[in-house]
Amino acid sequence: MIYLNLFLAFLKVGCFAFGGAYGAIPLIRDVVLSYGWLNEEKLTYMIAVSESTPGPIMVNLATYVGSTQAGILGAAVATLGVVLPSFCIILLIMVMLKRALNNRYFQAVLEGLKPCVIGIILATGLQLILNNCLPVTEKSFIDLQAMAITIFLLMVAIMYKKKTGRRITPISLIMISAVAGMIVYGIAVPFAA
Amino acid sequence: MNRALDLFLTFVKIGLFTFGGGYAMISVIENHCVERKKWITHDEMMNLTVIAESTPGPIAINCATFVGYRIAGFRGAFFSTLGVVIPSFLIILCISAFLDHFLDIVIVANAFQGIKVAVGILIVDAAVNMMKKMSRKPLSIIIMLGSFTATLLITIFSWTFSTISMMLIAAAVSLLYYTIKEHGKKESRGK
Repeated sequence: MIYLNLFLAFLKVGCFAFGGAYGAIPLIRDVVLSYGWLNEEKLTYMIAVSESTPGPIMVNLATYVGSTQAGILGAAVATLGVVLPSFCIILLIMVMLKRALNNRYFQAVLEGLKPCVIGIILATGLQLILNNCLPVTEKSFIDLQAMAITIFLLMVAIMYKKKTGRRITPISLIMISAVAGMIVYGIAVPFAA
Repeated sequence: MNRALDLFLTFVKIGLFTFGGGYAMISVIENHCVERKKWITHDEMMNLTVIAESTPGPIAINCATFVGYRIAGFRGAFFSTLGVVIPSFLIILCISAFLDHFLDIVIVANAFQGIKVAVGILIVDAAVNMMKKMSRKPLSIIIMLGSFTATLLITIFSWTFSTISMMLIAAAVSLLYYTIKEHGKKESRGK
């Protein structure tokens, strides 16, 4: 039952996604890989698309996964799943549990969750970079182009921070990386041939 | 104007014009709901930020539900949330219809090879930024290093262990630690 699976999978994501979109990415990765809904590569592309289109990133990812698996209805149930927990929790807090957030035990749970999520996000990001630079394929296990782009983008991000004092926005970094990809991989093709 | 409709349209606008997810959205919501519409006060906005950070789910949904409920009860919460979701839903629906064909074009595929690199860097950057704001308590640092190492090991050895189980363990450990500490304090006070 694909609709039920989509709904429950994204309900789970909605219930456990602490720390905003980046906290949700490892959870969504777990879900889509275990069901075989997307592969690692497609998921990465969609994360980029979600960052570059407006709106909450979790909603964007849920809509995409739902629609590729089961059309517009699939998109609707996946989105409903990811939205429902926060909707209900906030209503609950406003209606009756205003003090629940200050509860010591709840705070203790949060104290455990926050660093755990940070560790998971860091590991997920590093893995992605490593997979890009050192992919395991039949042909080779090192991708020099990806390495060059990684170093270039890191330099851009660091220089931007130094010059302006602010972090570069995701959308600008994505745009720059797209151009870098077109150039680096575009040039490499004739050489390889 | 009808309040529910006003909420709906305002949150459609917020959903349509905020890129980069949750934290970018907080400032846009503040601009619309506090400064322009005066639906909530600055203090409430601060509370809302804390609530959004301590509860799961998309930050934009948390905010829309909060503001909507404050202004027009359940109906308000429903229409604000619907409003903030609708733009992304429709946009992604369109994109997903032709993304695969789009990826067949060589130059686009090359661009996405580059974008893949950026996504990794963005995720690491987000984690590093959160780390800077994290509390420096020994338990927090131990949990962070633990979940970091565990996540890497799980992928390297292809173990099956879900992220959610890891989070539940971290929550349980922290709860246990604080309960014991609290208990210890009471004991010593009792003497």
